[in-house]
Amino acid sequence: MTTRISDRFAALKEEGRPGLVTFVTAGDPDGETSLAILRALPGAGADVIELGVPFTDPMADGPAIQAAGLRALKGGQTLAKTLEMVAAFRGEDQTTPVVLMGYFNPIYVFGVERFLIDAKVAGVDGLIVVDLPPEEDDELCIPALNAGLDFIRLATPTTDDKRLPTVLANTAGFVYYVSITGITGAATPDANAVATAVARIKSHTALPVAVGFGVKTPEQAAAIAQGADAVVVGSALVEVVRRTLDEEGKATSNTVIGVEALVSELAEAVRGVRR
Amino acid sequence: MTVLNSYRTGPDHRGHFGIHGGRFVAETLMPLILELEKAYEAAKVDPAYHAEMAGYLTHYVGRPSPLYFAERLTKHLGGAKVYLKREELNHTGSHKVNNVLGQILLARRMGKERVIAETGAGQHGVATATLCARFGLKCVVYMGAVDVERQAPNVFRMKMLGAEVVPVQSGSRTLKDAMNEALRDWVTNVHDTFYCIGTVAGPHPYPAMVRDFQSIIGRETREQMQEMEGRLPDSLIACVGGGSNAMGLFHPFLDDPEVKIYGVEAAGRGIDTHEHAASIAGGRPGVLHGNRTYLLMDDDGQIIEAHSISAGLDYPGIGPEHSWLNDVGRVTYLNCTDQEALDAFQLLTRLEGIIPALESAHAIAKVIELAPRLPADHLMVVNLSGRGDKDVPQVAEILGTRLGA
Repeated sequence: MTTRISDRFAALKEEGRPGLVTFVTAGDPDGETSLAILRALPGAGADVIELGVPFTDPMADGPAIQAAGLRALKGGQTLAKTLEMVAAFRGEDQTTPVVLMGYFNPIYVFGVERFLIDAKVAGVDGLIVVDLPPEEDDELCIPALNAGLDFIRLATPTTDDKRLPTVLANTAGFVYYVSITGITGAATPDANAVATAVARIKSHTALPVAVGFGVKTPEQAAAIAQGADAVVVGSALVEVVRRTLDEEGKATSNTVIGVEALVSELAEAVRGVRR
Repeated sequence: MTVLNSYRTGPDHRGHFGIHGGRFVAETLMPLILELEKAYEAAKVDPAYHAEMAGYLTHYVGRPSPLYFAERLTKHLGGAKVYLKREELNHTGSHKVNNVLGQILLARRMGKERVIAETGAGQHGVATATLCARFGLKCVVYMGAVDVERQAPNVFRMKMLGAEVVPVQSGSRTLKDAMNEALRDWVTNVHDTFYCIGTVAGPHPYPAMVRDFQSIIGRETREQMQEMEGRLPDSLIACVGGGSNAMGLFHPFLDDPEVKIYGVEAAGRGIDTHEHAASIAGGRPGVLHGNRTYLLMDDDGQIIEAHSISAGLDYPGIGPEHSWLNDVGRVTYLNCTDQEALDAFQLLTRLEGIIPALESAHAIAKVIELAPRLPADHLMVVNLSGRGDKDVPQVAEILGTRLGA
């Protein structure tokens, strides 16, 4: 069965280029602006959209994404509103994959069964839930796969060859390789080390591998994309949102444009990488 | 209530106590947690590890801690015979050192040279800084910026002991944020760093491991009570934030059905004010900091800031084994307001010449409530988990007495 995610990666392969995965936080700084950003992403060159689900205690995220989540929560964002946002986006875009990324508690409290139904209906394609390792697969991973949603797992530099099969076992859509030991938006990954790690993962799976954490500039994105199927940029984009807010923390006319501009630059750099 | 054959067999191999517990951590940490579990399982059956720990517990910590008959408090309350388990007499001034010693000896076995910890009141931070000084390990303590301010004496102690104290500015700037930041550090420094968690919470194996280290409190209490009264106590009572002092006292008695057990959560300004830290009374099951347990949160699953006069209880969660003991009905969880704790703090100080930590004062407050209704032959043990020196400036400010005036 093909999905929006598998179709997109197949198309990228056909084009002979890596993909750009963009992360923005849902509801940052408010619902309306956030939806406008979401709608602008595909046109600016995003191949896959990761939509961050705000959580008060994002233990794997650096200051930029933590702050984005708190801005969104302050603006009244909820998981239900995030799903509505995806549905609104789907009304106009039937092809760009949308992956929700966040932590388990908001989903657990929403109710796993109800969440999976609503997410599927809204047009969500996959889930990345940072605090659900394979050891907790019964919680959401297995039900999500049964509901037809890809459960995208993180593989990290600490995931050795012995553990990799466990991590890959129920992974679907693509594998997200965390390029550093650390939090989002922190250290800059080493492109050569990343390429080696991606090759190692690929020897265990036929799934595409996207690489993220710490990729900030078009140059870095291009370098990382050399050795991967896609590159993920997040903190740098939510930093654009932060920088374009007015003194009261409200969006300005530069907010959507600013994000769009950086995505265009990133896309241009990534699309310049040919195989 | 279902009566189980044993309440002491948990957790299962996946770290679950009923629906609670588990290992809800990022993949980066998962291999480390598995490594820790393996190292702890090996240490647990190694007589050399236990011998080393016993030596330090005796000569460095000063165990066993006394079980003290609080004669004047008992007379004042006019009911149950009240005993204090004097954990405040341990080196560093609280029960926290029991756990830290176990973990630091384990860190040494694992060859880790850098230790990180989170702290609320600073008692766990001080204990960790102390043991790191003793064994020459690098120590970094994460502490919410709000707590850094209200627990200044402990911050200075940690620094004198050579620890780096990092004030955490994110989120609500209290214990939960300190724990987030410690987890972020661990994710970043996976190779050389040991995360010394201060309570019976976090991903498996921490809740079980910390409980095991703290269980010496209950084991000693059994022996001491047998010696003094020739039988087991009738009731146990302890304050619960994360719940390590309580679990340490309770666990060896869980399979003695005649022993009634009470945990005391911090009710802050009152459960109905929403300004409290009582996760069982005012929360529901959720997932945070590596485990499922009762949490304070809103309808969207966002964690709500806790409030307590006591920084050590100011946490929106509780150890998963407590959540389970509540669910199966083996332990009764009560709660105590800031004001009740303050009153108890003063009463114990005046009657027994013992200044309790504000955390422990929550348990004392419930002794004051329960003991008068019980007969004179009822033996009640309360865990005096820490001493109140650290709280004197804060209490003086609240009571309007300027120190030295």
